[in-house]
Amino acid sequence: MRVFRGDASRGSFREYRVETDQGMVVLDVIHRIQATQASDLACRWNCKAGKCGSCSAEINGKPRLMCMTRMNTFAEGAPITVAPIRAFPLIRDLVTDVSYNYEKAKTVPPLRLKPPDPDGRYRMMQEDIDRIQEFHKCIECFLCQDVCHVIRDHDLKRQFAGPRFFIKVAALDMHPLDTRNRTEFVAREAGIGLCNVTKCCTEVCPEGIHITDNGIIPMKERRADDYDPIVWLLRKFRGQRPEPA
Amino acid sequence: MIARPDRDEREYDVVVVGAGGAGIRAAIEAKAQGARTALVCKSLFGKAHTVMAEGGIAAALRNVWKEDGWDVHFRDTMRGGKLLNSWRMAQLHALEAPDRVLELEEWGAMFDRTPDGLILQRDFGGHRYARLAHVGDRTGLEMIRTLQNRAVELGIDVLMECTMQRLLVDDGRIAGAFGYWRQTGRFVLLRGKAIVLATGGAGKAWKVTSNSWEYTGDGMTMALDAGADLIDMEFVQFHPTGMVWPPSVRGILVTEGVRGDGGTLKNRDGERFMFRYIPEFFRAETADNEAEADRWYEDKKNNRRTADLLPRDEVARAINSEIKAGRGSPHGGVFLDICTRRPADYIRRRLPSMYHQFKELAGVDITKEVMEVGPTCHYVMGGVRVDADTTQSTVSGLFAAGEVAGGMHGSNRLGGNSLSDLLVFGRRAGLHAALHAKDFGGRLAADRAQLEAIARELLEPFTRSGNENPYAIQADLQEAMQDLVGIIRTETELRHALRKIEALKDRAKKVRIGGGRTYNPGWHTALDLQSLLTVAECVTLAAIERTESRGSHTRDDYPKTDAEWGKANVVVRQKNGTIQFTREPLPEMPAELRGLLEEKK
Repeated sequence: MRVFRGDASRGSFREYRVETDQGMVVLDVIHRIQATQASDLACRWNCKAGKCGSCSAEINGKPRLMCMTRMNTFAEGAPITVAPIRAFPLIRDLVTDVSYNYEKAKTVPPLRLKPPDPDGRYRMMQEDIDRIQEFHKCIECFLCQDVCHVIRDHDLKRQFAGPRFFIKVAALDMHPLDTRNRTEFVAREAGIGLCNVTKCCTEVCPEGIHITDNGIIPMKERRADDYDPIVWLLRKFRGQRPEPA
Repeated sequence: MIARPDRDEREYDVVVVGAGGAGIRAAIEAKAQGARTALVCKSLFGKAHTVMAEGGIAAALRNVWKEDGWDVHFRDTMRGGKLLNSWRMAQLHALEAPDRVLELEEWGAMFDRTPDGLILQRDFGGHRYARLAHVGDRTGLEMIRTLQNRAVELGIDVLMECTMQRLLVDDGRIAGAFGYWRQTGRFVLLRGKAIVLATGGAGKAWKVTSNSWEYTGDGMTMALDAGADLIDMEFVQFHPTGMVWPPSVRGILVTEGVRGDGGTLKNRDGERFMFRYIPEFFRAETADNEAEADRWYEDKKNNRRTADLLPRDEVARAINSEIKAGRGSPHGGVFLDICTRRPADYIRRRLPSMYHQFKELAGVDITKEVMEVGPTCHYVMGGVRVDADTTQSTVSGLFAAGEVAGGMHGSNRLGGNSLSDLLVFGRRAGLHAALHAKDFGGRLAADRAQLEAIARELLEPFTRSGNENPYAIQADLQEAMQDLVGIIRTETELRHALRKIEALKDRAKKVRIGGGRTYNPGWHTALDLQSLLTVAECVTLAAIERTESRGSHTRDDYPKTDAEWGKANVVVRQKNGTIQFTREPLPEMPAELRGLLEEKK
């Protein structure tokens, strides 16, 4: 297995020969390298079951979770390369500085609930929240952020929130009890106009969330609607959609 | 490499160490009280063990069963813990859990719904009624993300990838915490008028475990060092259903929700063996045949609950016995069958994450095939001794909540009671820590010489002359604890374990690691070893002391539950550098609560 070793200033792939057992995943191999050959090999992990999103890496050039990549999916003896996700600054080995994502999280306008029912309870129907629960499956592995051209190739981190935060906003917007309008935020601060719908984010999502089709495209359409004078008039007429926050 | 004053220093009113459910909830409360609050995470924010919780949050919301109430939840919790729980904690927990769940909903959590739009509740082991608020089988993710969002909204200072190693005590009261940033290796001193420990458990001391690398008992060890008491350390829960195959996924959790939703345990002969293992204590409320157990899923009023949903200690012991008797599955577990019991789309909807996990990791489609499962180390019931109302430890200004605290769950925790525990006592910890900080009039002092000594100690693994590998020592400890301090214990084996732990402590003093201080997991593992070894020793000593079988603690040489032991905690504390233990009486339960424990039909 060829593993990237190094820091922000320099680095290269180093080859390790490791015995594998039945059912091993790439993360197991990394752990075996740590335990037997390179105790200081840096990597992140927590759950080892695809639930925490810590062990993101680029395996043979593809962004994936190391804990969910089984060794028996590779041809026997074929070289496997493991590299850090590329869109974020490298700290060391397989660990990158993902603080950009945590900074973006702070900018999203939070939920503002309408008052509860007269008995003090909130009621929501399962069918209304099914589509939100899809977005809530996000484990924040940031693989969608890693492959997004706007972040990865154009490095427009300042003006662009990225797919993870578009589905976060989508979930908030679809919340049956929410009263806030985030259209301005999505356009101005989150920069959704920069997304050119290549669907790379959807392809790499380990949770199978339809980021583009169910999150980004409807949001873009709504954004377009807001500037469409006919739709605007119709809405005014019918009184849909709350006023901006 | 020598210790220079290369450290960051920050000052807060409240420092919360640990950012799982309890820690974030504590920080939210402290911040809401106006305290300058820091939230310290060992990993990235939102990756704590809470994210892996699957089944749900136990709270008597009465949405599914009007008959449920805090009194029934209290009774179930006390009986589940074999009456060794702190009754006051169990009472507060049952009373306050519904409010904490509803509050999560207001902060954006999207629980599954009943047909009339309220929060749906599911069945779990040891709970008399369907009581767990849940989101499919990824409730922990929903809970931690909701709390995380709330913490971000409130603008709490979150210190990510930061590991605390020592607590600072000045004149008998807490003064701060000292540790390092994982990303740079640079030291960090957090002065705090109050400190909340919410660091979780120590399951990483066992080989087959559901716990992540973080579960190394840091909080328990720091508290012990600072002079606090630990209680109930002998009680370590083995969750009955962890994955057993393939080897690399051994221990990964399979939620109790599988059984709550109709799954049954079977042995090699296809027998539903749980009916043979119903203990006297639960006989009156447990179905003793398949027909009644199956009817119970549909009609809970007129049938007793299935034996598959006995509390975890009973189920884990039963599975262990089946395997020992040679009736296990091919890979050393038993079978858990939901595929023949429920339609495929029901399984995928109720248990999406289990479906995904087995499919991806074991190549098993649980809508078509049975699962192979076996016990896995899951939870430490013991921990820092706290005052039930305030969560303050025996050290002034030091609070503890969540798995790091002891008392709430007695000798065995019911599933679903952990997430509610985190919320109820996380909030109480944050509140009382903030109040404590407000009352504090003095100046926070830190002894420079002491800080430098700690820093030197933490850097020792870089410069020692030894050549021990920290990963190897950790693996040997896990092996020893698994074999000798597991589900079934004897004094001979426990004493053997103590000798092994002693030898490992000596080896740990000779650990030497390479590389620098920047993100060096070898170094981090070497430091974590200290707390793992300390907790392992505490558990083993307490297990020797408790000469009875109760809850998760089963002594082959003392197989009976002893009424006298039912009135006592085993308390562990550190004196002159050695760990000592005493037996101390439980507080007397008021008569009106005692009345709630009586058998109900």
